[in-house]
Amino acid sequence: MTLADFNSILPIITVLLWALLLLIADLWIPQSRKGVTALLAALGLAAGIGLSLAQVGQSALTFKGMIMLDSFAVFLNIIYLFSGILAIGLSFDYLKRMGIERGEYYVLMMFSIAGMMLLSQAYNLIVVFLAIEFLSIPLYILAGFARPRLDSEEASLKYFLLGTFSSGFLLYGIALIFGATKTIALTGILASLNGGETNLTLFVAGAAMMLVGFGFKVAAVPFHEWAPDVYQGSPTPVSGFMAVSVKAAGFAVLLRIFLTAFPSLSAQLVPVVWGIAALTMIVGNLLAINQTNLKRLLAYSSIAHAGYLMMAFVSASNPQQTGSAVASMLYYLVAYGLTTFGAWAVVVSLEQAEGKGLELEDYAGVGQKYPWLGVAMLVFMLSLSGIPLTIGFWGKFFLFRTTVQAGFTELALIGLLTSLISVYYYLRVVVYMFMRSGEPRVRRDSWLSLVAVGAALAVVLLSVLPSRLLEIAAQAVLRLQ
Amino acid sequence: MKFGIHPLLLVTFFPLVGLLVILFLKTQQKQAIRWTALATSLITFGISLWVLAQFQTGTPGIQLELRQPWLRLDGLSIDFYMGVDGLSILMVLLTTLLTPIAILSAWSAVEERVKGFMIFFLLLEVGMTGVFLALDLVLFYVFWEFTLIPMYFLIGIWGGERRIYAAVKFFLFTMAGSLLMLLAILVIGFQTGTFAWSDLVAQREIFANLQIWLFLAFGLAFAIKVPMFPLHTWLPDAHVEAPTAGSVILAGVLLKMGAYGFLRFNLPLFPEATVKLAPYIAILAIIGIIYGAAVSLAQKDMKKLVAYSSVSHLGFVVLGIFALTTQSVAGGVLQMVNHGLSTGALFLIVGMLYERRHTREMSAFGGIWKVVPVMGALMLVVTLSSMGLPGLNGFVGEFTILLGTFGSTVLGSPWFAGVATLGVILAAVYLLVMFEKVFLGPLKVEANLLLKDLSLREILTLVPLLILIFWIGLYPQPFFNLINPSVENLVSLVSSALLAAH
Repeated sequence: MTLADFNSILPIITVLLWALLLLIADLWIPQSRKGVTALLAALGLAAGIGLSLAQVGQSALTFKGMIMLDSFAVFLNIIYLFSGILAIGLSFDYLKRMGIERGEYYVLMMFSIAGMMLLSQAYNLIVVFLAIEFLSIPLYILAGFARPRLDSEEASLKYFLLGTFSSGFLLYGIALIFGATKTIALTGILASLNGGETNLTLFVAGAAMMLVGFGFKVAAVPFHEWAPDVYQGSPTPVSGFMAVSVKAAGFAVLLRIFLTAFPSLSAQLVPVVWGIAALTMIVGNLLAINQTNLKRLLAYSSIAHAGYLMMAFVSASNPQQTGSAVASMLYYLVAYGLTTFGAWAVVVSLEQAEGKGLELEDYAGVGQKYPWLGVAMLVFMLSLSGIPLTIGFWGKFFLFRTTVQAGFTELALIGLLTSLISVYYYLRVVVYMFMRSGEPRVRRDSWLSLVAVGAALAVVLLSVLPSRLLEIAAQAVLRLQ
Repeated sequence: MKFGIHPLLLVTFFPLVGLLVILFLKTQQKQAIRWTALATSLITFGISLWVLAQFQTGTPGIQLELRQPWLRLDGLSIDFYMGVDGLSILMVLLTTLLTPIAILSAWSAVEERVKGFMIFFLLLEVGMTGVFLALDLVLFYVFWEFTLIPMYFLIGIWGGERRIYAAVKFFLFTMAGSLLMLLAILVIGFQTGTFAWSDLVAQREIFANLQIWLFLAFGLAFAIKVPMFPLHTWLPDAHVEAPTAGSVILAGVLLKMGAYGFLRFNLPLFPEATVKLAPYIAILAIIGIIYGAAVSLAQKDMKKLVAYSSVSHLGFVVLGIFALTTQSVAGGVLQMVNHGLSTGALFLIVGMLYERRHTREMSAFGGIWKVVPVMGALMLVVTLSSMGLPGLNGFVGEFTILLGTFGSTVLGSPWFAGVATLGVILAAVYLLVMFEKVFLGPLKVEANLLLKDLSLREILTLVPLLILIFWIGLYPQPFFNLINPSVENLVSLVSSALLAAH
């Protein structure tokens, strides 16, 4: 391992080692002081952010072409690390309140983040597979962390079974691609495709299977069935973490593989991805209409947003728009992530033991009794529906713009019309919070409030000055070999 | 450039200052909150008069331009671009005038959650002023959508029985239209690389082949807002459920945003499509005039009656716009102001009656002139103004519209004006019937004996409107002087497209 190799994965190593040490150190942290573990975990992630920031602008292919360091990966790594910190902010009080405060929780979360970071840098299909498993296995455990609550165990088992099932698809797809191209390195695959020595039937079958595998991970229709149950059953901060980071990780690797290694194929896959995107937006939004449980509602909303993100993937097939498609997808991920975390923070504040406090009725009167929390949730709901003066508007604006420019106006139209549907169910939350009276019970915890109010402020302020973030996203395009 | 702040920025965003102050007041300090809101909106009105003082009559183009780059990136150029011309100056003044009046009208009507009410009201003012001043399509869209949120809350929290239904319907209807507009904005931006209004007017050839579609996408958003038949169904619900102050702003300003959108964007950006589609839109406008009037005739609830009369009156505005003569368009712009004044005043008086008796059924009143003579006299003036009696404002607007429409070459038939005139007659019927049922005849209901006449505050809310009603009715020239240069410019732009088409 050379110094360049080492440098390219320094943040990953740091997070991993920190997590391992924390696992041991936690043994000596008394049960009443588990906040220390949370704080240490957050510090580890912050260190990871610092090291990632030092990598900005660097670009290298290391470990004999297995690991890629480019601004795309750095951008995503920072998203994962940051979302980890936010998730810890949501978790600390929640775990205590639900009586499931155990130090491993934070360690598992760090492991999962390390897996995501590896995934965003993977440049070899086996590394991709390893990284996916690496990020998923801790999540299977985290989903069941609220045991012996039954629905948490159910969520864990469902997630595990469907997750491994999709991993099977992924692995089989990788095997087929290896059969077709005699290599598993992304650079090699590209060379083999360009050289014309590939068995195309095998290759297309393999790529399609990989698409199915990733489709499960990002919860795109028709591979979305697990998401509502898993999000509902998992401890709420874990659901929020999954809704943001796992989705981001899935899309990142999808872009990386299909744009770098299969560029010629991505044009042929357009009708398929187009269909998945349209279907995901339509089904996700339609099914969200009837939800009365906030966790399920946010789960369906996250499915719908996967559809919007898929749109960027469709537009990326137009070679002239690839750069702006990637930029708008990254921007959308940030907008969606920030908003979603805020919304989950509000959900966590209202949740009571035994899964109570999650119904829409429990939100009646929040706007009146707790105006700051209500306004924060209002901001998140508006942002998720893409209404101006929120960052969600710009996310949709850039995304739809790219889609129109890439020549997929019909898809943009579907996106716009489905976001009209989404306005209805997001507004329903607002209706309950502000227009019905009730006696809401809200948990006041300063970390939770910090995440909620901070995210709300960021959502609004970043929308007033949208250019800086978009510039950063635009610089974080893929390095194409 | 006094204080170093651009006057248009100041007039748009000044309400935020008051909003900040209100945020720091306690919920219980209702009186302080009300006074802060009123003072803020009055100062904003003062600022808008200062803008008017700097406005140069006789110049057709955009004045007091403010243009700063907002977002510049790989072929994307969005400006923070504001400006005022003859089409928008009166709209801005109308907004800043009606806001303090509406706030004053809510003085005793709104007792619950006063803080939130005033905050939303000031936010609404920012949004509305922004809509009329924005000259970048994206900025316009941002303001346009933003106005939805405070209005949604005003209806949804402080409205009547079915307020939630009405609020959601209002939001979804408007949103449906504006999403298509967003798509059209994106297409235009993609083809020209700019969103700035003046650049787009200059480069409109680039998207000329798509202009029918673009016209329809923009037009749908505006037609829903106006609202034009058959997209009007949200309006009666919203009006009936909204609190009085909300109705005043809704009828007075929000509906005008639709008509203004036609003038600002559809006509100059898509002139050929405008000429081609004008007869169809004029037919819809006339259906709206007659339909709105006919439905008004059948109403028993005063607020519903006034709401449907808005559909009818706004039909005149749209007819004037799409008759595409200088006279008719200028009349349309003036009629927008007139409708804001008269209908605003009607809603105010209906609201005052409602506050006293908690009903708006006409049958619950009758003969109350004897008990409340001041209210009766004011109501008579407002009614006459709304039905277009010569000497009052409504006549000037409707007459100019009809005159212009009669000679319109684009519509090419005097029938348009002829049928529309029926609407004027019907308006006289339903408004006078309402006045008769409520104020004249014998005093039937005993509860009305105890009705209190207008308080000083209530008179104060109506007097500014009445002054303008008389002023425009007797001496409209200064208003036309403000409007005409820009309208002439606009109409000549569209008619050059008409010539090119032949």
